[in-house]
This record gives sequence, structure tokens and C-alpha cells, in this order.
Amino acid sequence: MDQFTFTDKSKKLFIGLIAVGVIATLYGIFSGQGARTWTSAMISGWFFFGIALAAVFFIGVNNAAQAAWGVVLKRVFEGVSMFMPYGTLLLLIVFLGATFHWNHIYHWMDKSLYDPSSSHYDAIIAGKEPYLNLPFWWIRAILLLGVWNLFTFLFRKRSLVEDQEGKTSKWFKKNLTLAAIFLVFFGYTIHIGSWDWIMSVDTHWFSTLFGWYIFSGIWVSGIVMVLLITIFLKKNGYLKEVNDSHIHDMGKWVFAISFLWTYLWFSQFMLIWYSDIPEEVTYFLVRLEDYGLTFWGMVLINFIFPMILLMSKDMKRNAGVLTFVGVIILFGHWMDSYFLFTPGVMKDQGVIGLVEIGMMLGYLGLFLFVVFNQLTKAPLVVKKHALLEESLHHHIN
Amino acid sequence: MVKEAEVREPLILGKDVTYHKITEEVCAPVEGRANKLWWFIFTMSLLLGLWGLGSITYTIGRGIGVWGLNTTVGWAWDITNFVWWVGIGHAGTLISAVLLLFRQKWRMAINRAAEAMTIFAVMMAALFPGIHMGRIWMSYWVLPIPNQFGSLWVNFNSPLLWDVFAISTYFSVSLVFWYIGLIPDFATIRDRATGPIAKKIYSILSFGWTGNAKAWIRFEEVSLVLAGLATPLVFSVHSIVSMDFATSVIPGWHTTIFPPYFVAGAIFSGFAMVQTLLLIARKVLNFERYITIQHIELMNVVIVVTGSMVGTAYLSELFISWYSGVEYESYAFLNRATGPYAWSYWMMMTCNVITPQFFWFRKLRRSLTVSFILSIFVNIGMWFERFVIIVTSLHRDYIPSNWSWFHPTWVDIGVFIGTIGLFFTLFLLFTRFFPVLALNELKSILKGSGESYRDGNKPEKENEELAA
Repeated sequence: MDQFTFTDKSKKLFIGLIAVGVIATLYGIFSGQGARTWTSAMISGWFFFGIALAAVFFIGVNNAAQAAWGVVLKRVFEGVSMFMPYGTLLLLIVFLGATFHWNHIYHWMDKSLYDPSSSHYDAIIAGKEPYLNLPFWWIRAILLLGVWNLFTFLFRKRSLVEDQEGKTSKWFKKNLTLAAIFLVFFGYTIHIGSWDWIMSVDTHWFSTLFGWYIFSGIWVSGIVMVLLITIFLKKNGYLKEVNDSHIHDMGKWVFAISFLWTYLWFSQFMLIWYSDIPEEVTYFLVRLEDYGLTFWGMVLINFIFPMILLMSKDMKRNAGVLTFVGVIILFGHWMDSYFLFTPGVMKDQGVIGLVEIGMMLGYLGLFLFVVFNQLTKAPLVVKKHALLEESLHHHIN
Repeated sequence: MVKEAEVREPLILGKDVTYHKITEEVCAPVEGRANKLWWFIFTMSLLLGLWGLGSITYTIGRGIGVWGLNTTVGWAWDITNFVWWVGIGHAGTLISAVLLLFRQKWRMAINRAAEAMTIFAVMMAALFPGIHMGRIWMSYWVLPIPNQFGSLWVNFNSPLLWDVFAISTYFSVSLVFWYIGLIPDFATIRDRATGPIAKKIYSILSFGWTGNAKAWIRFEEVSLVLAGLATPLVFSVHSIVSMDFATSVIPGWHTTIFPPYFVAGAIFSGFAMVQTLLLIARKVLNFERYITIQHIELMNVVIVVTGSMVGTAYLSELFISWYSGVEYESYAFLNRATGPYAWSYWMMMTCNVITPQFFWFRKLRRSLTVSFILSIFVNIGMWFERFVIIVTSLHRDYIPSNWSWFHPTWVDIGVFIGTIGLFFTLFLLFTRFFPVLALNELKSILKGSGESYRDGNKPEKENEELAA
């Protein structure tokens, strides 16, 4: 079975999830909690968009590093990456809402901040105007999202063509070049995206590490998502080619990138906490004073679970353990996304309730629907690839 | 064993390479005599090293006043050298640990020399904070010793103290990792040694290694465990070095990007130094078939990737200093790029960001001359990076009446040149007494990735050797 069938049962489940999301959204809007609903749309929108982006990044890395082990998983990565246009759309809705002042996620979009005669005048934000102004911000957003989408489609298209055409060594070289170009572009633009869409929520605040931190977060989420889908597929009798060693390697990535995320989180937190400079420390003061328990909980979940449970080799090969840890840290990183936006927009009024969870489930439903639908469109394992033989025989102790 | 994909280049060149030939060729420098060129470079390095030792003695005798630093620029030349050397010391562990975890077979040809380089570089680095203490005979005070010794306990809140722990841990783990890898190779040299003294010494060094299957299983397990331990250390050491600066409230020093950016920079400079050393070593020691053009290319790829990470970090810092709207922050960076030390900033930018971009071209990546020249550029650029961070951030204090200059004295220069001399002295000794390539590990990839066996080939001489 190398052709995936998207069963009606799954379809119904995902549509049900989407319905939950729609209900949560409507409830949020009609109960007069517009700000909360918009914030929630950004939290889950960014989270699932990030997963798709990370999948493209990982395809790029695998090509550039000439890695063989991941070749049998390539189609799953591609499936996840194909959520990109939908994720882009979800982000654009929030961006348009912000631009037309339907929501107030981006405080700096308020025009009165730049008017010296206004009582709202903010000298610091006004100083950022050459960068944080709507036209330039939109140009950057369209450029970034456009190019990322373009690469997603190129990788996918080439992969499908290679299956038909063969000529593996030609595509191997061409993909290497494409991956290198993408990785360089991505390496620079992920910082810009992080500053524009996330850091600017807390407009006064700044941190040079921020882009790296965001990047590591989406990376973990992306790998965990691909791993969970792989386990699901295997459980249903697909992906026979994927053996314990492949799963083990994925487990290693979850383990390693969780450490990377924690390292970057800690570096940012510790340096700001230690120096205690007012301009910077406010960011963490809000998060610790108003959200103390959940904030620390998020950090601990994302570090402790993968560290303890995925330390041993056997655990990294155990589908049950991986699913358990995977689901928990996926939620942990959704929480991370929650803390990227909520304190900046909602100040001390943020909660995790029906709206947030409901919308997350709705976005999850949409995400899985799109990904599963994409999985049906091509064989689950690539037919032709220069390193396919190596990947099929991948074996590690 | 699965056949390697055709798109992969062989890692050991030569159609006639057998296990025996690897042993012969790798042991040749240890068993043969040094040529005139070796003696010449060795003497020069030793003389430089002695000059450095003289400068250090002079510093200890007269005090830190003989250096160029002053009350405003309280850290300068010495800490620049310290960070530079620690950074160089990063590549060894990255190659031995991280590349092991990534199953990169090409590491087998370069790990031994890179690890040796790491050990020597960290030794050079540790020298600088030591002599900067002034009263070096009090240097044991950095250790947490009981109060009965007459002083208060060390300040655990200080990143300088974290550094003591970070570097000593890193040094010990790197040393153990290096030594464990050497044991089987020492045993090979022991078995081949003809002189009784050499036999005795290598026999002690090899810890009675027999080479049976059980020993090899343990060897591989230990390597994996050490790789697991050493990988976090690759991150921690330079992160903590960066915290020496970043925990402060000095504009230009306090920025959150420092930990990962220092780590990337360290790998960048470390690989450049490995490149410099190995380009010479492969020629002088006839290791061209083991350290192939592909090895050189892959190292250049690591250089261009880490160099680009450093480049993004420079740009992020520059941008955020403006974006922050903090006057002091913006000034610190403006002063770097246009102030009195602008030449050092542009030196850094040129050598670290601009010239490595040549490595995007395959032709240049595979050129020995270009690789050598650019690796020297990176070495220079990374020294200037630390100089820029340390000196330009300090020399213009918050109060203009404190503004000052830094000029190195002959002692400063002498100590630095001296460490380069000592480093090369140690490395040259290493090439004569230690197996420069991990010969037993190389043998493990010969059948899978060596030109002589790949694609179902067999070296012509194999049967004759088996018969004999």
C-alpha cells in the first residue's frame, strides 16, 4: 500500500474539528470578545503556519546535507509543507484585520502614536516608523510569504517530476542548489518575519535573539507533527519502508531540537533577567507576574518531557512513548505561541479557555484535512531518488 | 553492507589502498625521521614560543601595568586572545562529537588532528585569564575552596566563574575523548615499534589494548556516550564565554544574540584553523588520499554556513541597535562602524562576511590555494571580531571624560605571538609522535567508502598480501 486513502471516518473527524473551531470563533465574536478571538486566530495561525514552514526547511536541509535516512519520509514532509498556502491565508486574514483596525494586535498600527500633537504620541514607536510603517511592512510580508510558498511548490513539483522522470543524479544536484538558495533566503527572512509579525506585538521591546528563538520553536513543532503523522500512517499499515531506525532518527531530532529551543529560550531569558534593564525586562515581567504558573509550565513541558522520556534509545523507537511525548510538546509549543501574542495584546487579561482551545482544534482540523488530502496525491514513498536505496536500507544500532 | 549511492564521492582515494597500506601510510611520520622543513618550522615556532614565555615572565614580574589596557579599556588584548583561542578550540569537539552523531564518515580523516588542535588551543586560551589575574600565584582562588584558606568563597553569580567551570569541563572531556580515540592507534604503533623504548612508551600509552571484539564494542559505546556529553559542551563553552559580556549592561556587550552567535563564530573560526593546519599537513605528511578535495570542500561548506550565521547576527545586531530606539545602543554600533576603531570593524566585516562568500562557488571551494588564503582571512577576521566587541564597546564610556584609547605594548604583542608559537610547537610535536589520522576508524570506512573497494572493486595487491 503505497497509495494513501483518506477515509471518510477521518474526513468526518476533521470536519467536526473545523466545526468546533467555527463555533468557538463565532462564540468569541458574538460574546463581545473580539480582541481575544483575533489573538487566538494569530496564536493558532502562526503555530500551524510555522509547522508547514519548518517542514519546507527540513526538506531543504535534507537536500543540502545529502542525507539519505529521511528520503523515505520525504512525502510526509511534503504533505505537511503543503499546508503553507492555507497557513499563509490564515495569517493574511489577521494581517488585514490589523491593517483595517478590526483588531489591535499590532499596537504600532495606531496612527495617533506618530502624531506629536496627539496625547497618544509615543516617541519610541515614532522612532521606529521608517521600519514599522504599513506599506513597508506589507511589502516585506508579501515578499516573505510569496517566496516561501514558491519554494514549497518547487520542492513538491520537482519531487513529483522526479518520480516520473527518473534521472536521479540530475535532480539530486538541482535540488541541492535549490535547497542552498532556499536556506540562505530562509536564514535571513525568518528573522524579519519574527520581528515583523511577532516581536512588533510588544512594540517597545526588542531582542536580537528573537528570530533564532522563533525558528527553533517552529522547527520542533514541525518535526513532532511529521513524526506523529508518520506513526499514524504506520499504524494504519502504510509506510512499510519506514523502519525503527528512521523512527529513532526522528526521535533524536525531537530530542535535539527541544534542547536547542530550551537553550535559546534560556539564553534570551537569562540575559534579560540578569541585566535587568527596564526596556527589556518588562517583556518577562508581564509574563511572569500575570501568567507565572502557565508560563513556567510551558517552559518545563517543552524541556523536561523530551529530555527525560526521549533520553533512551528504546523510548525513541517506541511509538506509544513518541506519541505521548509528541502530543504533549506539540501542545507545549502551542502554549509558546500563546505567550508570543497574548500578553502583548491582552495584557493581564489573557486566558486559555473555550475560544483558544476551540479555535486551536478548528485549525488542527483544517491542517490535518489539508495534509491528509495532499498525502493522497502522490505515492507515500518516493519512487526515484538518488539516495533511495541507502534510505531503504537505513539501519542504526 | 549496502552499497553507497553513486552520487557520493569516495572518501579514501587510490585503487590500491588496503588495510595494510593505511597502517603504513599513517604510521610513516611517527616511525620515520623528521625532515629539514619540519625542524625549521619547529625551531621558529619554539623561538616564538620562548619569546612569549619571556613576555609572560616579564608581565608576572612587573605586573599588568606593562600591558596597554587602562581603567576605561579594562579588558582588551588579552581577553581578545582568550576568546579567539577558545573559539578555535571549538572545531575539534564539533567534528568529533556532533559529526559523529550525524554519522558523517568524512570526519574520520580529520577528527584526530582537529581534536589535538582543540586541546592545544584551549591550553593557549586558559593562559590569558590566568596571567590577567596579575598575581598568578593566587590563581587557585578561582576554585571554590573552603574559607579556612583565608579568602571568601568565589562568587557563584559571576559569569567569570561559570567560565572557569565551563572551560575546565570542556578541556577535560575533549582530552578524554581524544585520548580514548588514540588508544587503538597507539596499540597499532606499539605492535609495529622496533625500538625497545618506543615499544615501552606506546605500550603504556595504549593501556594494554588487545583489539578483541569486546574491546571494540566498549570503545564504540564510550565514543557515543562521550559524543553525547560533548555536544552540549560545544554549545555551553562559548555561550558562557559570551555571557562574560552579555550579562553586563554595557551597550555593545549586552545583547541576547550573543550565546548562539558566539557558538556559530567559534565553529567558523575553528574550522578555518583546522583548514589552515590540514592543508599543510596533508601535503607535508602525504595524506592527500585521506584528506581529499571533498574533505576540503565540506569544511569550506561548514565555514560558509557558520560564516553566514555570523553575518546574519552582525546585521541583526546592527538593525536592532537602531530599532531599539535606545540612544546608547545605537551609538555603540555607529561608533563601531564609523568611530576611531572603524578600521577594525571593517576588517572584521571583510574577513568574516564578505570573503567567505567566495565559497558559494564550487570551483573556489575545491581550490586549495583559495581555501588556504580564505582560511587565513577568517582567522584574522575572527580575531578582529573579538577586538571590536571588547575594545570599541569599552573605549567610549558613558562619561566623555573617561573616553580613552587602547594601544598594545610590545609585551601584549609578545604574549600573543608567543601563544601562536607554542601552539604550533605543540602541533608539530603531535605530528611526529601521534598518529595524525584516526587509522583504525579510517579502516572502518574503507570497504564502504574507499575507492579501492567501492562498487565491487578489489585492490590488486590484496590477494598477494593475504598470501604473504
